Amino acid sequence: MHTKLKRLWKIIRRLSGDDAYEVYLKNLHKQQCKHNNTECSKPLSKAEFFKKWQDEKWQGIKRCC
Amino acid sequence: MNKTLKSTLWIIVAFLGASAVGFIAVNRGENINALWFITAALCIYSIAYRFYAAWIAATVLAVDSTRATPAERLENGRDFVPTHKWIVFGHHFAAIAGPGPLVGPTLAAQFGYLPGTLWILFGAVLGGCVQDMVTLFLSTRRDAKSLGQMARDELGAIGGTAALIATFSIMIILIAVLGLIVVNAMKHSPWATFTVSATIPIAMLVGIYMRYLRPGQVIEASALGVILLLISVVGGRFIDEHNTLRLLFDHEGLTLAWFIMAYGFAAAILPVWLLLAPRDYLSTYMKIGTITILAVAIVFLQPNIKMPAITQFIDGSGPIFGGKLFPFVFITIACGAISGFHSLIASGTTPKLLSNERDICMIGYGGMLLESFVAIMAIIAATILEPGVFFAINSSAGVVGSNALDAVNKISSWGYPVTVEQMQILAQQMGETTLFARTGGAPSLAVGMASIFGKAFGDGLLAIWYHFAIMFEAIFILTTLDAGTRVGRFMLQDMLGNIWPKMGQTSWTPSVILTSGIVVSGWGYFLYIGVIDPNGGVNILWPLFGIANQMLAAIALCVGTGILVKSNKLKYAGITAAPLAWLVIITSTAAWQKITSPDIRIGFFSAANDLANKLASGELPAEKAVIAPQLIFNLHLDAWLTLFFVSLLWLIFIDMLRVCWRYLSGRSILPLSESPHMNSCLLDDWVRD
Repeated sequence: MHTKLKRLWKIIRRLSGDDAYEVYLKNLHKQQCKHNNTECSKPLSKAEFFKKWQDEKWQGIKRCC
Repeated sequence: MNKTLKSTLWIIVAFLGASAVGFIAVNRGENINALWFITAALCIYSIAYRFYAAWIAATVLAVDSTRATPAERLENGRDFVPTHKWIVFGHHFAAIAGPGPLVGPTLAAQFGYLPGTLWILFGAVLGGCVQDMVTLFLSTRRDAKSLGQMARDELGAIGGTAALIATFSIMIILIAVLGLIVVNAMKHSPWATFTVSATIPIAMLVGIYMRYLRPGQVIEASALGVILLLISVVGGRFIDEHNTLRLLFDHEGLTLAWFIMAYGFAAAILPVWLLLAPRDYLSTYMKIGTITILAVAIVFLQPNIKMPAITQFIDGSGPIFGGKLFPFVFITIACGAISGFHSLIASGTTPKLLSNERDICMIGYGGMLLESFVAIMAIIAATILEPGVFFAINSSAGVVGSNALDAVNKISSWGYPVTVEQMQILAQQMGETTLFARTGGAPSLAVGMASIFGKAFGDGLLAIWYHFAIMFEAIFILTTLDAGTRVGRFMLQDMLGNIWPKMGQTSWTPSVILTSGIVVSGWGYFLYIGVIDPNGGVNILWPLFGIANQMLAAIALCVGTGILVKSNKLKYAGITAAPLAWLVIITSTAAWQKITSPDIRIGFFSAANDLANKLASGELPAEKAVIAPQLIFNLHLDAWLTLFFVSLLWLIFIDMLRVCWRYLSGRSILPLSESPHMNSCLLDDWVRD
């Protein structure tokens, strides 16, 4: 039950974008590992990332009729 | 489960579905329960998804689960991110489900419950779902390219340009009609106006919370916003009952239209984080929550449908909009069965998140099935009302008369009895001064939803439920309005950037202000005309939107058909060619009638001529004579716009036929632009956890 609730909470966070910053950090790390970067670029702060993420999200057609 | 058991189960589902559809179709004059609609829908959706969609995915498209998707190949952690299929489904559905499937079926209920229901069910499984799924697949195979880019790459410059123009045009008409729906819902309703207005500061507060107070805490901020929205619904009653405060929110349609235009302009130039993004969070939660509650309430309460299966208005004399059953039921239902706009989401946006091609069926086909189900619920909510009440709410004063007694007499003479007292009691229950001539579909849908919620949670809260439903509709209409104006601005900046590169800079203030102003003026003009139109405006704007939307769907299906033929799959091209042919027929017929019909309630030119004659002969009362020149000009403009849409449709249709013919006769054509195959390296447990 506890695992199911945790899973549901994870889905809600992912759907709403609540965990977007964590996903970004995870992906950034993965990308850097993939390309064997010895010098890691500094990740964006949560506030910086969130603004950039929202600006990019609303560049194109994202909502329909 | 063994094969025999499975087959038996599917035979039972097929039998149940056929029985439910048959019962809905042949039932005349007796009460029919809404559960039959739900049963028919669920059975048809299950069979279509299990057999037709699976066959298309496996045989026609040949989805390949070993092939890396753009989300994997081009992963950048921002827009290209391999994502769990249910998350992608959620994003895709939230993006495609707007007010269209709620408003279209409500308006089409003037023909009775049957025509709209049948088209929503069969149009979706054979047309809309196929369009969404095929477009999603094609875009996934082409690095998540947009519909316009695919049209240009696969069919040529004509296709690409047509898609771009169609998208921009549809955006203008769509925003105008949505603005009109909100205006009609707020007109002389202080409660509704307060509640809808309150969504703006609430969204901004949520935006500031997420940007400065607790950056990125989306759930926390959204929960706060939802609570404030609910308080604003309840608080609206206080405003409505307060003698001074209610005057601040009691406005004519035209005043509200100017407010909406000013709001649209502000929303297009304000930073995304301040208004658009937080409003979208709120509207998405409201949308999913309310639709779920409505579905559960309908299943448990099983209300009876009161509208007849077919009304006399199939002859074209309907009070809500003019035009016969064919082709106008198909044009009016629009997004509930097939929507060209979805192809803009299915290309360019959703493929960037898709982690595996095998999920295309579930997301593309399944997402549209769910949208179709929303349309079924909307038609149920509209048809559980007494038909007399439904027509009294949705018929404009220009059709039934501005006097309440004249209106009820006229509606009752059609065979749908309604009294002034009945409408007064209903308005009082809903917390409104009147519900006569509240055109646009939103108020009648809100009354239907309030009745359902009232039965479930107690009739004492009817007024609260009514205004909750209005707020629910308005909040995501305004999200589409914000987002549409902003996208229109970007498209215009992109186009003008080809002439003067500086104009193409999306952050250059003069360009932002100029292009936002042009876009708002575009839809603002149609909104203004819709508001001053004595026939309510929706009767003109909604069919125009329907034609434009079906035209965009036809463009998407042209791209799909062209690529299937070029991929040497001519024998399967019927899956997109058949709905395409149907759309070309209905769109062309509707356009032809809107342009040439001598009936002044259908034909734009005949209506313009009739008005011009009346103006010249001095037959018009003074208040109508003042606005008549504007209405005449607009009717001409609408006629030319319709002609333009249908010409664009035929242009791309013929261009697609040309490409197919060249391919089949061995002549040179543009090569397929599919990206090369690359094996997927995604581990299932990483992305599909």
